[in-house]
Amino acid sequence: MMDHNHVNCETLLGSLSEYIDGELSPELCREIEKHLAGCDNCRVVLNTTKRTIDLVQSPTEAIPVPDDVRERLFKRLNLDDYLKPKSQ
Amino acid sequence: MVNPTSQELSLEKLRAGDRAEIARMVDEFSGPVYRLGLRMLGNQQDAEDVLQNTFMNALMHLSEFEGRSSLATWLYRIAANEALMLIRRRKPEVNIEDLQADDSDAELTPHQFVDWSGLPEDELLSEEGKKALDEAIQTLPQNLRMVFVMRDVEGLSIKDTADALGLTETNVKTRLLRARLHLRERLSAYYAERSEHLIREDKNDGS
Repeated sequence: MMDHNHVNCETLLGSLSEYIDGELSPELCREIEKHLAGCDNCRVVLNTTKRTIDLVQSPTEAIPVPDDVRERLFKRLNLDDYLKPKSQ
Repeated sequence: MVNPTSQELSLEKLRAGDRAEIARMVDEFSGPVYRLGLRMLGNQQDAEDVLQNTFMNALMHLSEFEGRSSLATWLYRIAANEALMLIRRRKPEVNIEDLQADDSDAELTPHQFVDWSGLPEDELLSEEGKKALDEAIQTLPQNLRMVFVMRDVEGLSIKDTADALGLTETNVKTRLLRARLHLRERLSAYYAERSEHLIREDKNDGS
């Protein structure tokens, strides 16, 4: 973010989340993409931010409730008679 | 993320105290509530407490649930409060008022420009990679972490996250951006150090 207009990098940074989530107008997206084409650092920030979000959303991060935890929960809620395996 | 069940939960049955329907609700939402607890408190025992307290509380107030927000948002709101209460008990040194604190002073400027985004999935999601990610999430300030967990980990919309936390949508967006950039910075530092380490190892092997 050194050799470029500071404001453009700042503007991009401020809109980064919304850009990633696809919430910006096509005009603004085009402007951002124009800036990205000439700014290595902003491209790295965008790519690594996207990747960070991908990683936390990866299925391996979706830790299931352990069976013993589920069992204790159902007992605490006096629902033990419904404590059949989830898949049934 | 909340998975849609084959059959929608019946609010009427839930309010009337139908136990079979309540059991279905518990199974549908216990995953997200447990993970919220795990991410906010950082250990399984506390996550279990958040899980149990959330549903105890929800069952106690289910008959009063008016359906103005979705059931999911309502449960997330209870879970967020339970998690914060537990954080207050476990870590009295943490300032919970952070959750409502002004966001303007958080650091936004990136300092790390290593592009690790092209690293292979099995490297990023290795045990070590996942540990680095979990640790990075734990370094997020509470106010940012709660928003991040709801929106990016559990996949709630901006509006539902705002409703669950009693924040404005603008506030949620601001916190989300800061959380994402904070995590990115942490992970970038981790992968920068890791690649330096690997380069050093290569050099040593070659000598």
